[in-house]
Amino acid sequence: MKKRRTTARATAAIPTASMADIAFLLIIFFMVTTVFQVDRTSVVLPLSSVRDEIPRGAAFVVLTEDGALKFSNGADESQLVMQMEDIYFAALQLVDADPLFPFVIKADSKVTCGDIDMTLDALRRAKVRKVILLTNQETVS
Amino acid sequence: MKIGKGKKASSEIPTSSTADIAFLLIVFFMVTTVFSATRGLDFDLPKEDESAQAIEAVEAVYIQIEPDGTLLVDKTPMEVSQLLDYLEPKLKIGVGNPNKPVIIRPDPAAIYAALVDVYDELKTAEKRGFEVKNISIPTQREIEEYIVKFGINPFDI
Repeated sequence: MKKRRTTARATAAIPTASMADIAFLLIIFFMVTTVFQVDRTSVVLPLSSVRDEIPRGAAFVVLTEDGALKFSNGADESQLVMQMEDIYFAALQLVDADPLFPFVIKADSKVTCGDIDMTLDALRRAKVRKVILLTNQETVS
Repeated sequence: MKIGKGKKASSEIPTSSTADIAFLLIVFFMVTTVFSATRGLDFDLPKEDESAQAIEAVEAVYIQIEPDGTLLVDKTPMEVSQLLDYLEPKLKIGVGNPNKPVIIRPDPAAIYAALVDVYDELKTAEKRGFEVKNISIPTQREIEEYIVKFGINPFDI
């Protein structure tokens, strides 16, 4: 005797209940890791194997291969500056408020050391103490 | 007058657009996130302190970077990879003087990458069991001041 079996009907709906949970998890991850750039200048950074974390809100001094000079106080977008003395006066103001205010030098790897010398000199005269040379990770070949 | 039949209020909270909003936010944070360019080499500039004038006179190690990127360490041509071999006996605790200053003087025409290479190499000394504590990159102005004050150019010795 044949017995008729009742089979469970497959549902056509895709379960999406957990989708929002996953999405919000990703949002929290990106919110925590996001650092809003104050400078988006495209430069080829030099490579280094030792790299320390840059403190948030650090000021940026940007030197490009074609000789352009930019500065950001860490809060606003970087702006083109005409001469190194402008950076000196801007640094002076920041150091006056916080003597340990960090400064990042973002320079193209092909910039001459003469330009770096002038930058360091301006920062030294402004009594800057903390400088970070922005680099990319050197990979072991 | 006809009284219309009122629609039955749904007891569920509409969540169908939640995932859309969430993914929109994800895309925004993905685009604005920066991972790689938030690290660099720490370089502390010295504090200009008048009381620090009376420092012990120790013979420093001078590293000159030539315009073509070659190195002269205490006037001897050297590769970047040989730097730590040269410095280890001079700086290791118990063998040399761990406070010995290492002064880097790049030629103004040398490229920045060459300077970073040398500085990075000095920073990796910790992996070999010693530390280069006093790394200095004097500016042209400071060297000129030194020459005026002491009458000698330390890089010509």
